[in-house]
Amino acid sequence: MTAAEAEGGPLDTAGQRQVAERLGREPSPTERAMIAVLWSEHCSYRTSRRLLRELPAQGPRVVQGPGENAGVVDLGDDLLCCFKIESHNHPSAVEPVQGAATGVGGILRDVFAMGARPVALLDAIRFGDPTDPLQALRFARVVEGIGWYGNCVGVPTVGGETVFDAAYQDNCLVNAMCVGLVPRDRLRHATAGGLGNLVLLVGADTGRDGIGGAAFASAAFDHDRERRRPAVQVGNPFLEKCLIEACQELAAVPGIVALQDCGAAGLTSSCAEMAHRGGVGLALDVAHVSRRERGMTAAEVMLSESQERMVLVVEPAALAAVRARFDRWGLHSDVIGTVTGSGRLTVRDGAAVAADLPLDLLVAGSPEHRPPARPPADLAARQARDPLDGADPPDPRSALQRLLGAGSCGEARWVWRQYDHMVGDDTVAGPGGDAAVIRLRGRDDGLALTVDGGHRSSPYAPRAAAAAAVFEAARNLAAVGAEPLAVTNCLNGGSPDQPVGMWQLEETVGGLGDACRALGVPIVSGNVSLYNDTLGRGIPPTLVVGMVGRLAPLARRAGIGFAAPGHRVLLVGPSDPSAEPGAGLGGSELQRVLGGACHGPAPVVDPDREGRARRLVGGAIRAGLLASAHDLALGGLAVALTDACCTGGMGCTVSPPPALGPDRRARTAWLFGEVGARFLVSCEPTARAALRGMAAAAGAPLVELGTTGGDALTITGLLSVPLAELHGWWGGAIAAAMAAAGRPPP
Amino acid sequence: MPVRFGIVVFPGTWSDRDCAHAVALAGSEAVTLWHADRELAGVDCVILPGGFAYGDYLRAGAIAAHAPIIAAVRSFAAAGGPVLGICNGFQVLCEAGLLPGALLRNRSLQFRCQWTGLRVEGRPTPFTAGLAPATPLRIPISHGEGRYHADPDTIAGLELGGRVVLRYVDARGAATPDANPNGSLHNIAGIASAAGNVVGMMPHPERACEALLGSADGLGMFRAVAAARLGAARSR
Repeated sequence: MTAAEAEGGPLDTAGQRQVAERLGREPSPTERAMIAVLWSEHCSYRTSRRLLRELPAQGPRVVQGPGENAGVVDLGDDLLCCFKIESHNHPSAVEPVQGAATGVGGILRDVFAMGARPVALLDAIRFGDPTDPLQALRFARVVEGIGWYGNCVGVPTVGGETVFDAAYQDNCLVNAMCVGLVPRDRLRHATAGGLGNLVLLVGADTGRDGIGGAAFASAAFDHDRERRRPAVQVGNPFLEKCLIEACQELAAVPGIVALQDCGAAGLTSSCAEMAHRGGVGLALDVAHVSRRERGMTAAEVMLSESQERMVLVVEPAALAAVRARFDRWGLHSDVIGTVTGSGRLTVRDGAAVAADLPLDLLVAGSPEHRPPARPPADLAARQARDPLDGADPPDPRSALQRLLGAGSCGEARWVWRQYDHMVGDDTVAGPGGDAAVIRLRGRDDGLALTVDGGHRSSPYAPRAAAAAAVFEAARNLAAVGAEPLAVTNCLNGGSPDQPVGMWQLEETVGGLGDACRALGVPIVSGNVSLYNDTLGRGIPPTLVVGMVGRLAPLARRAGIGFAAPGHRVLLVGPSDPSAEPGAGLGGSELQRVLGGACHGPAPVVDPDREGRARRLVGGAIRAGLLASAHDLALGGLAVALTDACCTGGMGCTVSPPPALGPDRRARTAWLFGEVGARFLVSCEPTARAALRGMAAAAGAPLVELGTTGGDALTITGLLSVPLAELHGWWGGAIAAAMAAAGRPPP
Repeated sequence: MPVRFGIVVFPGTWSDRDCAHAVALAGSEAVTLWHADRELAGVDCVILPGGFAYGDYLRAGAIAAHAPIIAAVRSFAAAGGPVLGICNGFQVLCEAGLLPGALLRNRSLQFRCQWTGLRVEGRPTPFTAGLAPATPLRIPISHGEGRYHADPDTIAGLELGGRVVLRYVDARGAATPDANPNGSLHNIAGIASAAGNVVGMMPHPERACEALLGSADGLGMFRAVAAARLGAARSR
């Protein structure tokens, strides 16, 4: 019995009965396999779709919302931005290099299937303890795989997020986002149509790799995950690069009806979805598919997830011109079928019929999966518990050192120096800032890009944690001077077949929707990755938000580093975390490094105060008042100060507000509390008055902390760390962890 | 008439568009040369850009060195035409025997994308003549196999002949181990042929042609070709 046929699986007894009733016969083994993958969570969203329908997807700039290869927003002047994020968690856990690499390959194809040229990649990755040799190996290999693929195809990897947390020890997260640009008149869709038009499979040969990958990505791991290796695809970025260029050249060819990535569930999914969208049928003959192995069955050809392939629908008159483009790049272009009016997907292997299925059954027929949802029994107790369990707060200096040493705060240069982040000559601000910035040629504006994962309190406060990710992303854009345009998201989580997992999924989607509605920003694309479980233990629900913003004018922008000595250092937003529930320490990174606990009141997500803080910072950057701006997130104020010092290459001297008093708990909260709606900014002394005026007008709190300069980060009465030592903590954590895990220092 | 730069595109090349952008910024004209072609369309200068030509399978640049267009580049170089190999293009020139030595896997065994400091030195070449910066050029690298290596005699010959034209240096201009991003012998970042007209370099000058992107120090290398031609025309 396969996972799909297990009780609760898409093809369990009830599902099988539904198929047999609809067909009036038992499905053939090929048909059964095709249905099983298309009905998996990965392809059909059978558990999440009723939730996803509630998400805001509309807006004046939205050209294409969810349901296509990628979402599209209007940048004005007939230029469109096309983007999506996708997970490759399961493959990366089993075969890290290829799993991560093919995740990048897949998201690139989603974007260039829209006719766009990919211009940027971002990655959000999460692993367990980096000093554990197995985690270190997996992490280093995933970074290698992301770099290998992106570097070879010549698309810059401009940003990302790296998090280490024991919660991801068994199931790592590898989410990749791609952003592309396309002139309006070149936008393509994946909608088949036109009776008698031809179906082409282009790109790589088809082999036995990745068979059942979509179903594999919708199942939990057991003891012998290594046996799942054949379900992982193998990437060839060289072919992908050729495929990108050939698809770009198709812009000059009339008569192309549809272009579709051939990704998860291979030909089955790409052909079925394209035909279903167009309300037509397709008749395929797999005998015409170029193969890299002999003896493949029709089912294997239909389910293969061999990479670097695309499916096209073209008018017969366009065939010669299309083939010439692929020939020039040394790529196959096989005519494998025609468009019919049958509403069915018919698959032949030469003379034999291997499958003949109605598309509405195959694509839209998966029974909705509605497992029961229930919050964890200890929810209230966990939320009410004191974040530090009444323990004495740690010494500030050693707490900062431990925070930076854990690898999630501080600089991830170890990661991104392995990624080409400059190719394309458009990267204005690459990795290491709050958001990446790329210019738009021939215009005075640019794009700001960020990916952000939810707050660590997500297991017991999934709604707040998800909303926090959305607002953090918006702050990251504001900190460079940009306004959000649209969102893509990846819902990573554990099994929804556990009632708590299902509750977490519902709450996470709810928090995502609430936050995007409050922000007025549409969600134009996304991906769901459930069943990130091993032996019954799942990851915390982890929403990863990819946000695209517009930076106008490009000339007015800010970075996170202090710019010059003698500037004033100020805090925008709530200045006293001890006045917040849990003092901003519930589920904080400080709590994690002190002993791994995860409880206490989750951060308050207040859209109004977020908006006030964001408007002040964005407005002040556009007015040219700020010399630096940095969102406060993981690790709170002390980590943000460290980032600003180390990036700027200078120290600063700041003081806690006198009202804070000598209470050690209040001081710990002030240093390390994670409270939303906050920014660390700096400005020339002469800009202070104007900034104060803007803050008053915006209704955003603004307090002065101190002055930039000197060779140390000095927080009066709390800590003082020489810059060289601080830089070592901040920039050396990942390399030190790799060395501790026995990986040779580079 | 503007200088016409021929930019060779192999399957897998990706800095062709960046090079064309840089050439345009330098006031010259870019012409695409396809790997399967056998002639150079009358260009004044050839650039072999960065990327992963033919996927760099077998060995970086090894397959590209046998592409049809390379025969034409070889003749062009033999006749004194200026040829610049950048990153993968440098690897191709070494594999084709147009430059000595080889580019090995970085000492770190990892890909590196970062800014480097470069000292311009040695004999003048069409790409470095007239460049006498007071401070090191700020130009980025982006490669996994950029560690320049050759036998001791070859290295000595390059040094004595003034054929090391770019060297990784720190902010003060010193060729220190810390300034060397990949373990290249003698901190070598770029070399020239015996005649001086063929230059290979691992850093990417085409990424350093605008202050907006972090540096405009690379623009001079593209402008030098036009300046040299102007000078040659005057002296004739």
